[in-house]
Amino acid sequence: MGGYIIKRLISAIPVLLGITIIVFLIMSLIPGDPATAILGSYATPENVEKLNRDLGLDKPMVQRYVIWLGNMLTGDLGRSFSLNRPVLDEILERFNATMILAGTAFVLCALLGILAGVVSAARQYGLGDKAITFVVLVGISVPSFFLGMMMILLFAVNLRWLPVSGMYAIYGGGDLPDLLKHLIMPALALAAVATGVIARLSRSAMLEVLRQDYIRTARAKGVPERRVIMGHALRAAMVSIIPVLGIQAGFVLSGAVYIEIVFQWPGVGRMLVDAILKRDLLLVQGGVVFVAACYVLFNIAVDVAQSLLDPRIKT
Amino acid sequence: MNLFLKLLFRNRLAAMGAVVLGAILLLVLLTPFLPLQDPDVTATADRFKRPFTEGHLLGTDHLGRDLLSRLLHGTRLSLAIGIAAALIAATIGSAIGIIAGYFGGRTDNIIMRGVDMLMAFPYILLALAIVAALGPGLMNALIAVAAVNVPFFARNIRGITVGLAGREFIDAARLAGMGHGRIILTELLPNVLPVIVIAMSTTVGWMILETAGLSFLGLGSQPPQADLGSMLGEARSAMISHPHTSIVPGTMIFLIVMSINLLGDGVRDALDPRLRSGALSRPRATTLVERQGEIPEETDDLLAIKELETQFHVGNRIYRAVGGVSLAVKAGECLGVIGESGSGKSVTALSVMGLVASPPGVITGGAVRFQGEDLIGARYETLRQKRGDRVAYIFQDPLSTLHPLYRVGQQLAEAIQSHHKVSNAEARARAIRLLQDVRIPNAEARVDNYPHEMSGGMRQRVGIAMALANEPDVIIADEPTTALDVTVQAQILSLLDDLRRDRGLAIIFITHDFGVVAQLCDRVAVMYAGRIVEEGPTQAVLKAPAHPYTKRLIACVPELGGGRRALAAIPGLPPVVDNLPEGCAFAPRCDKAQENCRAGDVTLKGTAPRAVRCLYPEVAV
Ligand code: SF4
Repeated sequence: MGGYIIKRLISAIPVLLGITIIVFLIMSLIPGDPATAILGSYATPENVEKLNRDLGLDKPMVQRYVIWLGNMLTGDLGRSFSLNRPVLDEILERFNATMILAGTAFVLCALLGILAGVVSAARQYGLGDKAITFVVLVGISVPSFFLGMMMILLFAVNLRWLPVSGMYAIYGGGDLPDLLKHLIMPALALAAVATGVIARLSRSAMLEVLRQDYIRTARAKGVPERRVIMGHALRAAMVSIIPVLGIQAGFVLSGAVYIEIVFQWPGVGRMLVDAILKRDLLLVQGGVVFVAACYVLFNIAVDVAQSLLDPRIKT
Repeated sequence: MNLFLKLLFRNRLAAMGAVVLGAILLLVLLTPFLPLQDPDVTATADRFKRPFTEGHLLGTDHLGRDLLSRLLHGTRLSLAIGIAAALIAATIGSAIGIIAGYFGGRTDNIIMRGVDMLMAFPYILLALAIVAALGPGLMNALIAVAAVNVPFFARNIRGITVGLAGREFIDAARLAGMGHGRIILTELLPNVLPVIVIAMSTTVGWMILETAGLSFLGLGSQPPQADLGSMLGEARSAMISHPHTSIVPGTMIFLIVMSINLLGDGVRDALDPRLRSGALSRPRATTLVERQGEIPEETDDLLAIKELETQFHVGNRIYRAVGGVSLAVKAGECLGVIGESGSGKSVTALSVMGLVASPPGVITGGAVRFQGEDLIGARYETLRQKRGDRVAYIFQDPLSTLHPLYRVGQQLAEAIQSHHKVSNAEARARAIRLLQDVRIPNAEARVDNYPHEMSGGMRQRVGIAMALANEPDVIIADEPTTALDVTVQAQILSLLDDLRRDRGLAIIFITHDFGVVAQLCDRVAVMYAGRIVEEGPTQAVLKAPAHPYTKRLIACVPELGGGRRALAAIPGLPPVVDNLPEGCAFAPRCDKAQENCRAGDVTLKGTAPRAVRCLYPEVAV
């Protein structure tokens, strides 16, 4: 198992390099003088000169990339001009908040989605199946940012059950119950679409599996139906569900950008949007590379989970 | 195409989606001709008018602009941008995919590496990076969304192209001296185009949503121009005091995305042949029973199948897989059931414990009595307690009948623990003993194997061990040796024979091989087209078959246990059981067929223990 993890980590190196190359190429699309564009309204002559020196912007592209990559590997993602602090510090602080939000949403969508899919498949064409199918259809069609806004209207403004936005109450907040209260709505809004997608997929994966001969074998052995569904069938269906969980994690991470804006959640997504609007390009660049790299690592974890489940995968 | 449309519209939801989407499209096409106010003219005095106020059907926004007019213009813009993004992504992505798939080799390798790397990003990061570099704005948002979706098309279309590129018509075109460009445009593209269109129809909803999202973040359309996303984004600050300004554009996005999703699902379903045949239905825990007519009387056999009728209901067609079969076994007895595939022998066997998949299977008549108790229509729990405990199955092809993700030991232990309260350690010890009983060498180690780590013969032994787990009274073996080579087959048969003698087990052995029957069975029943055509003691039937079909079956066994080539020698095909001919079902393939064979029902006649269903039997029984 350890060997397999190392093998997967090594195979991730070219992908990580590819990510940096792609981001680098995109950033070189910037029209005009890069230093001026990066600095935007902070483009004083001294700053421009300093940046040119730091990033080697006057050098040819390949050399520039190597310098940039080298800096990144030593943990130097540059300095944010709009915030006047190192990019990495800002990202790490924000990433924490995003992980709390996206992580919760991911766990929610995986649990709820699989559960809904299993119930739906086990009661195919029954009332439960129809109800779930309908909710799922609505769920995957509502844009998460609109859903978030409607939730605020209903649960925070009209019913006053939950706080409108933010991560902690400004006065007297900061403990876990306070965080949870602030977390419920954004996490649910963020999980909605992915839950729907996972529920649909789980349903069809379960239906596919339930027709297999080994399910008939389990029934012929006299295994109770509940165990046939929750054990034999679900376990086999997980083989096709897990890779989709990996893909959906990417969508959850993407959706977090909107949800962080709607709920004023102090995460990376909101940081990126603010940075773009302020043209703080080093912050954007660092944030994108950082989050993409985390996502690649997450997908390795997904592969490892898959190999734990399925002995047929050669480790 | 017609069938496709019919299927599409039979799906009510898809039709609803089509109607809603059609209405929206019509509205935005007509927008320039409708008597609407200018969407960008502000009137600060009229701010935040509620919906249904005079002159403003949907009210006004924070600058007093008419919401209805802004909504329709915004929808128009959103749809246009989304569709444009889809077209661009499809064109570029497909071009890349076709080039990679057509040229293959290094080109393919390099391109697909790049595509994989693009796909390693959560999509929005890429879009944000592009917008960051190019600057906020509707055009740049469009470029970003299109670019993000290019890899999706590239990968899909490459897959299709690789499949096509190896086909003869491409080679032929190459030999005819066509250039690469012409081959791609005239030979490949027409074949790939439908796939591109389908891929586009499934992603256009996404792209509309994604561009709206970027606008919502303030990175897309810039004021005063507004698409649905930026309308929603601008309304957000007044969401609490004046929710209607948010709800109006939000609902529109929702309607568009939902109707596209509904339509897309409908298209996908209509194109999926499995849905048409109902093959995606899940089998219930027990076969559906809709019994009509009398329930046959009790007998003193251990297991008696009486007048069993099992049908498959597919759409409005009815396949009579089993048409009134009666069989019985006593303790320690082995009964062979023989027939070609499709003769109904497996369905008969599965009906006993309600294991015929339903849908589509339905048991419509007869009884299955185990120690006198009728199992057809019995409660699920009654049936479950007997399954694997009193009546156990051995299935063909253990690679698909054993669960691939559980160790064989776990599967054996589970068979025991489903019926007996025993500890895990005890169950494991018993599992090892069972593996030893079926003569698996090194059972202590093998118990932790997964099925794929074993040979076919070994897996089949596991299947037998599983059937023996609870020392059942009856074993129903459904072609347990078909997939095996002759030596292993002989070993397994003798194993079963020993077990029967040692444990007084009754065996129903289903096969298409008379050689196997001769080796193992006391009595034999021959099935054809869902009915028994001959039965009797094995030796008597082998020596003097009475039914012409039996005679042929025996004639084509080259040696004992000769295997599957045997039945290919009978000319003609077994009948399709939804369309049985009048009279004797074997008549079309029978040399001795006479006029009256096709006239009325032929009954099973004879003096016990022999019987035959034939008007002109080979020998009188
Ligand atoms: S009944 Fe007639 S057609 Fe049928 S098997 Fe006998 S002889 Fe042949």
